Amino acid sequence: MEALIAREIAPEPRQLSVVYNRADRIFRRIVTSGALTSLVLLGLIGVFLFVKSAQIFNDRGLSFITGSNWTAGSGDGVILDDFSIGPMLTGTILVSLIALIIAIPLSVGGALYLEFYAPFRIRKILTALLDLAAAIPSLIFGLWGLAVFTSFGERWSILLNSRFGWIPFIKVQNEVFGRSPFIAGCVLASLIVPIITSVTREVFSRTPRDLIDTCYALGSSRWGAIRTVVLPFGKSGVIGGAMLGLGRALGETVAVYLLLNIVFRYNFRILESEGGNIASLIATKFGEATQYELKALIAAGFVLFMLTLVVNMLAATIVQKSTVRK
Amino acid sequence: MEMLKQEEIKMSQESQTNVMMMENDQDQRTAFRGLEAKNLHAWFGKHHVLSDISLRFPERTVTGLIGPSGCGKSTFIRLLNRMHEFIPSAAMAGQVLQNGEDIYATDVDAAAVRLKIGMVFQKPNPFPAMNIRENVLSGIKLAHLKVADHDSIVENCLTRAGLWKEVKDRLNATGGSLSGGQQQRLCIARSLAVEPSVLLMDEPCSALDPGSTLRIEETIKELAEKIAVVIVTHNMQQAARVSDFCAFFLTDDGPGYLVEADATKKLFTNPSDTRTADYVQGKFG
Amino acid sequence: MSAVVIETNTAVPQPTTPWKQTRRNQIVSASTVAASVVIAVVIVLLTGLAGVDGWALTFLIVSLLVTAARAFKVDAKVRKEMFVSVAIFGTAALAFTPWMSIFASVVMKGARGFQPNFFVGDMRTTIPDDELNLGGAGHAIVGSIMMVLNATIITLPLGILSGVYLTEVRGRLTFLVRFVVQSMSGVPSIVAGLFIYVTFVNYTNSFSGLAGSFALAILMLPTVARTAEEVLKLVPDDLRSASYALGARQWRTSLLVVLPTVRSGLTTAAILGVARVIGETAPLLLTSLSSNSYVFNPLGGPISSLPTYVFGLLQIGTENATNRAWTGALVLMLLVFALFTTARFIGGKDRR
Repeated sequence: MEALIAREIAPEPRQLSVVYNRADRIFRRIVTSGALTSLVLLGLIGVFLFVKSAQIFNDRGLSFITGSNWTAGSGDGVILDDFSIGPMLTGTILVSLIALIIAIPLSVGGALYLEFYAPFRIRKILTALLDLAAAIPSLIFGLWGLAVFTSFGERWSILLNSRFGWIPFIKVQNEVFGRSPFIAGCVLASLIVPIITSVTREVFSRTPRDLIDTCYALGSSRWGAIRTVVLPFGKSGVIGGAMLGLGRALGETVAVYLLLNIVFRYNFRILESEGGNIASLIATKFGEATQYELKALIAAGFVLFMLTLVVNMLAATIVQKSTVRK
Repeated sequence: MEMLKQEEIKMSQESQTNVMMMENDQDQRTAFRGLEAKNLHAWFGKHHVLSDISLRFPERTVTGLIGPSGCGKSTFIRLLNRMHEFIPSAAMAGQVLQNGEDIYATDVDAAAVRLKIGMVFQKPNPFPAMNIRENVLSGIKLAHLKVADHDSIVENCLTRAGLWKEVKDRLNATGGSLSGGQQQRLCIARSLAVEPSVLLMDEPCSALDPGSTLRIEETIKELAEKIAVVIVTHNMQQAARVSDFCAFFLTDDGPGYLVEADATKKLFTNPSDTRTADYVQGKFG
Repeated sequence: MSAVVIETNTAVPQPTTPWKQTRRNQIVSASTVAASVVIAVVIVLLTGLAGVDGWALTFLIVSLLVTAARAFKVDAKVRKEMFVSVAIFGTAALAFTPWMSIFASVVMKGARGFQPNFFVGDMRTTIPDDELNLGGAGHAIVGSIMMVLNATIITLPLGILSGVYLTEVRGRLTFLVRFVVQSMSGVPSIVAGLFIYVTFVNYTNSFSGLAGSFALAILMLPTVARTAEEVLKLVPDDLRSASYALGARQWRTSLLVVLPTVRSGLTTAAILGVARVIGETAPLLLTSLSSNSYVFNPLGGPISSLPTYVFGLLQIGTENATNRAWTGALVLMLLVFALFTTARFIGGKDRR
């Protein structure tokens, strides 16, 4: 008898193919066209924005972003079109940054309170209310900001100005304290706190229980356990949540429109009553815009879109990394 | 090592009387040195999970807690260092005496109690954000203890845990770079840094391979030269290898209770209760 | 060797929780807080610090001082813990105050105008500054419902089909579809409105409800598609395997096995999508503008909606106008709340 010789090389895997019957083919075609429609519609917007704004970028280059004028031409060549979003871009970032600086400590404190200090029943009620708070339309934040918050905000601005007016960005030129980046930033902070708190609380609740138990078993206090285990564990989750909040703040329109005067001048004094952001710029100018001005507005929208896109993608990657690692 | 003469107590089969380890010829009114549980009960909400456990853990001994799963052994040792109360619906009755003083008395600082009665958990869990050195010192930092020489503490504890030789050149490496057995020994070193007089271990080897398990059992025997060790284990051979005394827990679908507690040799070769005999012979569990 | 038998109690004792604060401690804590409140009020009255914020700040400082006083006889670790507790409580209170204030304000200030005529009347013959029992926001409510409904009709099938494509069919475009859906969920709402403005509104030369629906659909679609995908991903593969193993074809598996399992999840996705867009103002400002009367034709020119109604009133600023705005805000909040509660109720049915 011949001995069987084992193959030394594994055989090639077979190519498998699926043949769908008619019903399945129709099903797949319908589903694919649905997905394709979504893809086309959404992708079209990005493409459209890019194409329409290309002309503006072509004409003005980088000065569209750095310049600080917004003048519509008079059509007869006497006054030239001069559109740039410099102050609006910095205004967007300034107001969002103020909101973020205020919101992050508050959200982390709120999340820690909910997860580790609140009695059980209070935690359940507050968590449910927090979800609802994250869904409050920003218009209502604007309304509240105007009707309720502004008086507090003005009082604080006056106080800040009198005590800390020597710091460059707190100084003011006009002593009118009603509609400043500071107040808009505070209201925006109130807007994004529920979102950041929810995400952060979720991350903190996923801290491995046995690490916390170990801290207690070593004779630690509650704050010791939080400092040693919860905060390091939740760091990336907090950052992800903060970026989500930032993305929301960057694209905010009505709240800023209602609370900030649009002035085309670079302004970094947070108590001064001038500023603006790209979103409210678009809302203000679209009504009477010339064709060319519309293109400039689209270009502005495109810049804003790119900004929020980058921030949201960063947020998604950071949040994903924090969930995968644990 | 100081030898303690043990009295053996026969327990009545009818009432669920519990066995106490009595020190020979000593005045019973002298406070027992060591950890003592007296008539301990535990509940989760209305659910009665531990019934009337009384045990003594003398200094410099190893006591094994054995029994099938679900008998409340883990709940019991969490009563010993006041970890049970972290569960929201937890309740208890009875006393736990550390050198004669009830650790559940009012105005007792639970965190201070946990410094004296340490715990090592089933899954090795060094702090991921710290390196080996910081892990060992973490207990000291968390308890705000004033300590002069950190380096000698690190060396001391790692040596007692049987890990010093392996990691002395890489104290800056993270805990995650160690094997499972090494991580568990790091956790033991971490618990030793705050100088407990009792170390509670909840199935410390169940997540480890046999080689690491044996190393840790050696460590336990060395540790018992200075402190008391209480170890919950499912592995009867481990209990036989490592412990001086054993307590056998059981449950009849109700609260867990103590069937028998005695010197290990006696429990395994000539137990007083047939249920114990059945369990150690592997007839159930 | 003497044997000692210890008799145990056969009676089961009462469960106790000796670690919880005793009655005495609770009373001490409560009275400390009460004392701090009173001290803070007294200080505020004496120094003339204005308003709620002045009181809150004083209360915080007084609490810290009281904590410091109590902490004198305690060691460093416990002292730190006490201060941290006060700090965290204060921070959380500050974080929760704005939206709690909004809930309270909306209810208190919006209640005045919450009358039958608000839901039935429109602003055709009333000016915003008229008394609250004149006019109403019926046209705005109808406009909102209409536009959101149209947006949902467009978005729901597309979103579900996209979700099914990504999880069941998984063709060659999967990565692209997922990428585009993910990216577009970050479109600022004003940009969506601007897009519809320069295309549809320009093309039809008029603002309209349909334009508004399209703008809302752009904002809804990524949310619905993503939630649909996530909900479908949660269906265990065992279910599909069982169906295929029985010889069922793909379309049967998807339609008759997988989709019914996630019915409530998909409904929740739709409801959450609606809750998101119902309060959107910016895109509607550019597409549907606003109106003072009932409009039922989606292509019949500018149309009002709750958000634009409120927004317009805010621009006017008189007392009655602002009151109407608050009532509009109250109705909006109630709608969002109702949607959320429905979603939670339906979502709860999924858990067996």
